[in-house]
Amino acid sequence: MAITRRHALLLGAALTVSLTAAACGSGDDGSSSGAGAAAPAASAAVSDADIQKALDTGGSITVWAWEPTLKQVVADFQAKYPKVKVNLVNAGTGNDQYTALQNAIKAGSGVPDVAQVEYYALPQFALAKSVTDLATLGAGKLDGTFTPGPWSSVHVGNGIYGLPMDSGPMALFYNKEVFDKYDLKVPTTWDEYLADAEKLHQANPKAYITNDTGDAGFTTSMIWQAGGKPYAVDGTTVGIDFAEPGTQKFTGLWQKLIDGKLLAPTSSWSDAWYQGLGDGTIATLVIGAWMPANLESGVKAGAGKWRVAPMPQWEAGGRATSENGGSSLAIPEAGANKNLAYAFLKYANVDEGVQTRVDGGAFPATTAQLQDQKFQDKEFPYFGGQKVNQVLAESASQVVSGWSYLPFQVYANSIFNDTVGKAYTSSTTLQDGLKAWQDASLKYGEEQGFTVK
Amino acid sequence: MVSEGYSNVRGGLAGRRRSWMGWQFVGPFMAVFALVFLAPIAYSIYLSLFRTRLIGGTSFVGADNYLGVLQDPQFWSAFGRVALFLVVQVPIMLFLALLVALAIDSGRLYGTAFFRISVFLPYAVPAVVATLMWGFMYGTRFGLIGNINEAFGLSLPDPLSPDLVLASIGNIVTWEFVGYNMLILYSALKVVNPSLYEAAALDGAGQLRIIWAIKLPALRGALVIATIFSIIGSFQLFNEPSILKTIAPNSVTTYFTPNFYAYSLSFAGQQFNYSATVAIVMGIITMIVAYIVQLRGMRKAV
Repeated sequence: MAITRRHALLLGAALTVSLTAAACGSGDDGSSSGAGAAAPAASAAVSDADIQKALDTGGSITVWAWEPTLKQVVADFQAKYPKVKVNLVNAGTGNDQYTALQNAIKAGSGVPDVAQVEYYALPQFALAKSVTDLATLGAGKLDGTFTPGPWSSVHVGNGIYGLPMDSGPMALFYNKEVFDKYDLKVPTTWDEYLADAEKLHQANPKAYITNDTGDAGFTTSMIWQAGGKPYAVDGTTVGIDFAEPGTQKFTGLWQKLIDGKLLAPTSSWSDAWYQGLGDGTIATLVIGAWMPANLESGVKAGAGKWRVAPMPQWEAGGRATSENGGSSLAIPEAGANKNLAYAFLKYANVDEGVQTRVDGGAFPATTAQLQDQKFQDKEFPYFGGQKVNQVLAESASQVVSGWSYLPFQVYANSIFNDTVGKAYTSSTTLQDGLKAWQDASLKYGEEQGFTVK
Repeated sequence: MVSEGYSNVRGGLAGRRRSWMGWQFVGPFMAVFALVFLAPIAYSIYLSLFRTRLIGGTSFVGADNYLGVLQDPQFWSAFGRVALFLVVQVPIMLFLALLVALAIDSGRLYGTAFFRISVFLPYAVPAVVATLMWGFMYGTRFGLIGNINEAFGLSLPDPLSPDLVLASIGNIVTWEFVGYNMLILYSALKVVNPSLYEAAALDGAGQLRIIWAIKLPALRGALVIATIFSIIGSFQLFNEPSILKTIAPNSVTTYFTPNFYAYSLSFAGQQFNYSATVAIVMGIITMIVAYIVQLRGMRKAV
């Protein structure tokens, strides 16, 4: 049967549109996934002199990052080392940038010399040997420079794959006006938190203790604080167990909040979320120490009302905290000028650059800045003059050790709402949702060639 | 077949010094066509025959990815969703478009031009903006639904809950595309020879009779075209669910529609090979369905 031209055009249109989605996501053929694997071991240890020489010789490096405070750092760095040229590129935030980075690495061209990578995503790059083990560049000497949480986050196996840029030790941000109005006590334990949640929602059915529609980063951080270690990662062997006690502590509490409809069904970072934070219908946030700047810029209506308190505890008198977010700077294995790249990393994350970023509103990962008297004594007008950094710096020193993310956490987090999300919209329990998440994550791990135990 | 006969006639005269003039005219188009159309398809097919893993690199797997897609419950749930969307939303949308087109064509409305442009206007709004706008109206806390609930003391169900989100997307898509389809149908009505209407009126036919006997048959070809565009549109559903996922993360899964599934596979899971396979399988299904509809539609037209 003859196909007329109009037939053919329509069929063609059908096919093209459907293939476009695949074509734009497939900028690599994967054949060179181990491109960087052959490179290391060439230079065993690089001395400080070598790094200094790289700075004196000069050259040009490209930095992919979305952290806004780096702009000033780059300007200062270039002023101090006039022979060095730094191209700061915003290649997208989070996952968008990782996709671009992964594509560039596989294509073997256009790879930046330095890239911002969040802690939860770093193991994925380390495992594929896409980023350099900074121990070969002298990062081992930085022990003690950073707070324990971020420092352990950049360790994968025996290597150091990034230098911590900022950190997000968790704390309780609460709306004091709401707490005063409904005579709530600032909770020090999760039991008190639950009691406040009930009391608040009863007094005002429109007000909630917090919002949650299922957030992978928040959930893992909560399990982390409870002492849970659901992810067991040893090289390419991966185990996931959400039936362990730490996870159950968290689900025991959170299930009660879900069942009692005590959580605002508002997604974080949505317009409704910002409104709720401003008008008092979302009374608290348990979130990372990077939040103050976001409140100041996003929730102007909340000025003067918000305060910061330590994270509620599982046991009265405890001080345990965990990290929520934060990112590092890493050096892709395919980068051309690693010594110069490392010099920039040190400047931005260890030396002068840190103070520049703190002044710009970032929350540091370095102990020197966190313990600096000026930093701790800074009064925040938005928080009614409270010395917020004292609470946050204390939290940074109490992060529970021994946590690890999956080497494919980026993917696992992307399917969190497919699985655990059901606990928020149906009769599925949180524990069952986590089990489904565990199964789906392990299935992916197996498909990707990991040994699953 | 036609071209063979043609060259036979011309063969004796021009066969020897074959002119490349035609190719020179078509050349630029063919080059771009090959680059932006054929090459991506060929590359996707090439990709779909391999598998790349985080551990172990890339290997040739033949038809494994295709077998995987055909047995993938997530793919079929995505396909089922867009199929349901196609069966329910497309008839509603085309019926509304038909009503509007007939109403404007009837010549009994005041301000036809204004009416026509205002129905068409939503099509000019980018889908992303339209979805953001509707997403805000759907809000039960601060959006329009919330305001209605407050003003009238109602408690309307959340349009973005898992059970209703597909219907809510259908509403957005209908709003966006009624005007577009109306324009296709209206332009088909415009080419009907007015003398037919005069003849019908002389024979004593009423408006309904004219619609039934003249206008609808005249619209058949345009309706088939509009249906095929809508089938393609339904199967390609992507923008609306992808935007709504940010405000209703638990209602829109990463495998909500086949296109969104392909997107999630490659951008979150780095599974480019499997993603390409999903896109190819879906492209073939779309072709088959569109082709069947076209065959049936055209046969009736004869």
